[in-house]
Amino acid sequence: MAKTIKFTLDGRVIEAREGETVLQAATRLGLLIPHYCWHPALGNPGNCRMCNVEVEGAPKALVSCRLYPKEGMVARSAAPAPRRWQSAALEFHLVDHPLDCPVCDQSGECGLQDYYMNSIGRYRSSMRDNKWHMGKRMVLGPHIMLDQERCIMCTRCTRFVDLISKSHELGIFGRGHSQVIDLVPGRVLDNPYSGCVADVCPVGALTDRDFRFQVRVWYLDWTDSICPGCSRGCNISAHTSTRRPWQNKGLRLARVKPRYKPEVNGHWICDEGRYGFLNYDSDRLGKVMRLKPSAEELSWEAAAAEVSSALRRKPAEGLAVMASGRLSNEDWQAFQKLFLEKLNVRRFLFAPEPDQVGAEDELLRRRDKAPNLEGGKAVGFGTRIASMSWDSLAADIEAGKVWGLYAVDRDPVKVWDQRGHELLERLDLLVYQGPRKGLTGELAHYRLPATDWLEEKGHFTNFQGLVQPYRQALKPLGAAKPDWAIFEGLAARL
Amino acid sequence: MTKVLTEHWDQPRLHELETYRRLGGYEALKKVLGMDRAQLIDEAKKSNLRGLGGAGFATSLKWSTVTPEEKNPGPRYVVVNCDESEPGCFKDRVLATRNPHQLIEGLLIAACAIDAKQNFIFIRGEYQIQYEILEKALAEARGAGIIKPPVSIDLMRGAGAYMSGLDTALLETMEGKKAWPRQPPPFPTASGLMGRPTVVNNVETLCMVPSIVLRGGEWFAKLGTAKSGGTALFSVSGHVEKPGVYEFAMGTPLREILAAAGGVKGGRKLKAVIPGGVSTPVLTADELDTPMDWDGPRAQGSFLGAGGVIVLDETTDMVMVAHNIERFLAHESCGQCTPCRQGSYWYVRILERALDGGGVAADLDTLRRTGEDMTGKVICALGDTVGLVTRAMMKKFSNDFKAKFHGEPPHG
Repeated sequence: MAKTIKFTLDGRVIEAREGETVLQAATRLGLLIPHYCWHPALGNPGNCRMCNVEVEGAPKALVSCRLYPKEGMVARSAAPAPRRWQSAALEFHLVDHPLDCPVCDQSGECGLQDYYMNSIGRYRSSMRDNKWHMGKRMVLGPHIMLDQERCIMCTRCTRFVDLISKSHELGIFGRGHSQVIDLVPGRVLDNPYSGCVADVCPVGALTDRDFRFQVRVWYLDWTDSICPGCSRGCNISAHTSTRRPWQNKGLRLARVKPRYKPEVNGHWICDEGRYGFLNYDSDRLGKVMRLKPSAEELSWEAAAAEVSSALRRKPAEGLAVMASGRLSNEDWQAFQKLFLEKLNVRRFLFAPEPDQVGAEDELLRRRDKAPNLEGGKAVGFGTRIASMSWDSLAADIEAGKVWGLYAVDRDPVKVWDQRGHELLERLDLLVYQGPRKGLTGELAHYRLPATDWLEEKGHFTNFQGLVQPYRQALKPLGAAKPDWAIFEGLAARL
Repeated sequence: MTKVLTEHWDQPRLHELETYRRLGGYEALKKVLGMDRAQLIDEAKKSNLRGLGGAGFATSLKWSTVTPEEKNPGPRYVVVNCDESEPGCFKDRVLATRNPHQLIEGLLIAACAIDAKQNFIFIRGEYQIQYEILEKALAEARGAGIIKPPVSIDLMRGAGAYMSGLDTALLETMEGKKAWPRQPPPFPTASGLMGRPTVVNNVETLCMVPSIVLRGGEWFAKLGTAKSGGTALFSVSGHVEKPGVYEFAMGTPLREILAAAGGVKGGRKLKAVIPGGVSTPVLTADELDTPMDWDGPRAQGSFLGAGGVIVLDETTDMVMVAHNIERFLAHESCGQCTPCRQGSYWYVRILERALDGGGVAADLDTLRRTGEDMTGKVICALGDTVGLVTRAMMKKFSNDFKAKFHGEPPHG
């Protein structure tokens, strides 16, 4: 058991862990001491002067972000004096602030607003002079916009690019009241984690360019989810806009924000995850279709009956199944039951598509861009059962060894290109199941609409073997069903 | 009166090694080489020498808090703070011009006190002549084997930030960063330049050291008062007949210093005195009997500072003085902590508007309140100063302020 230090904060006895500051201990227990510059991952420079507390026996105000408690210390953050200090610090932050909340995207989740409205606002301004003007709507990089007037100089963003992304694009220029955050000359804020600076910014100085003027944050719904962008499995919060469907360009997913998970992603996510799913609603499937020989929309019952009998029409040796690492653990279970136990399929392909292997770095990004190949291993895919390669499957189709293909969220035409059309034309049966049509969806005999990750709940197993739940954020589109439900519907008929 | 620093100032070519040696220079260094560290620090302790850069921190205590090399192996540094930027102070500049070897000797002794090998003199960029003089003096001392490896002294030049005169900001500057003060703890003696134990001493402080070593700490202590040992230099400027640098024993009344400078210029009446450079609160003409040591001005709500005595006569408008000082402080505010960054420029705007005839009575409350909100709630002393300086003037010269701040705001 680690040593703890007992001290009193606002009359409540608190046990601080060794090395914890007063602010850290208070924040851990959910007690609010206003602060801007301190960020658990970015240190405590102590320059915002918001977190002043009163300590018995101390001659002056002390910033709790740099105050290490002593046994028996008595501190107050909500007493009249410290509240006055805190509200004074907030007033100073607002002296040159443009107060453009009505047109600011940060509105609703802004540190200035929160403290002003909730506890320490002064309401009556004694500022009678003109405000100091600085740069507005400055494009820093592909994702981030800067408004220097809204900036409160907490330096979190510069510390992020120095300490976390280690890319050093941002600097502090000038001195005193005319000091600004800006790009280092000749640089662009373009690193794999650039979006995080908007997260750490407690005010509206740094904002997401693609979220700009799209939707008010209070119309968003937050759902705990897992990023399906790679095998890291970063914990995210999916912010969806469904209450005002005409906003956010009509798209349901407004933005993706990181959710703190110390052992996986800390406070961060990469730009690929953050901005990679904003086309979530495009190219989606919502109808159960038979396309060949005659095009017809089917009910799930009819489709299950037709597909299950088609799968049994010829010997299982000639049947190949493709699955993607997007399947949840639940999907993998049902997948295994249907194709291994019921159909006894021998040819499986779950090797990544060539574009599912990408950049990797020490911070978060993993080479394997599929979120849940680990989940497949748990039911034997990748351990007992090896994956075919794309080439060997193509060769088998060419040689006539394969008569049927069941593609689950896989797009062989994309991989095989022109040759893919010819290969798939040879098949007696092509079933395509997935959330998006892709290129293969057009060629299938049967096209089954599946939900994507935000429309279902399930679990992903990340590269560390950690099983992490994700929750349902959106309603399925049309008749779409989770993959496991489709597999079970088929299995029930076999 | 015994002079410690100005004793030989009338000697021609004092800045040359030969003259300095002829007058007994570098004898103290020889003596120190035969003493051990504890003896040396003890002598400094007896002398009651306190940092003359303005903070008044006991020099011996600063030296002794550096952990000995055995317990913390690795380099440690002595840095001379010659970034004299306080308006009203120009003593270090004269010391460096007249007697650079005294500084070098003092620095080498301080280096002995903490076992430092590498040492630096950080000089403000505007001191071009002093830089050249020091460079030459260092070359002489190296040539004469006074500075010899492994000991070294390097000159570093500032780039014109007032903040660099503060020890921790100075160290940041030396490391190539913005002059943003660090927030202790850790103090520089524990973790200073490049994270190593560092003693930052003012020019004047170190110039005192050779005499202390030669004539003994007790002799030095007796020159001053019980709590403030020795003498100090006062840079007298403003409305006086003979502005200049004067040496007086600690505890000398302000009146005597003024008299030495020839009294108020043109026989006009005295209005106010700023005792220690612009960042110290003002004293009135009635407070001339204040003894100038570390405690005297403090009793009047001010500080000894770095001894920059600025004399203001009856023609002075204190609102203009306040505006002038605040404009300087706002310009030099490093911008690190919010109250000072925003508050100092807010002050300037209010005072500027008042000078343009737009001051209202409510502004006085704003000045008072925001001043209180800054003082003691920032990292370094500059933010404290912003509020203190104007508030002292408002209190002691309320008529000047009432004349500029009256009436209701036009729009409520």
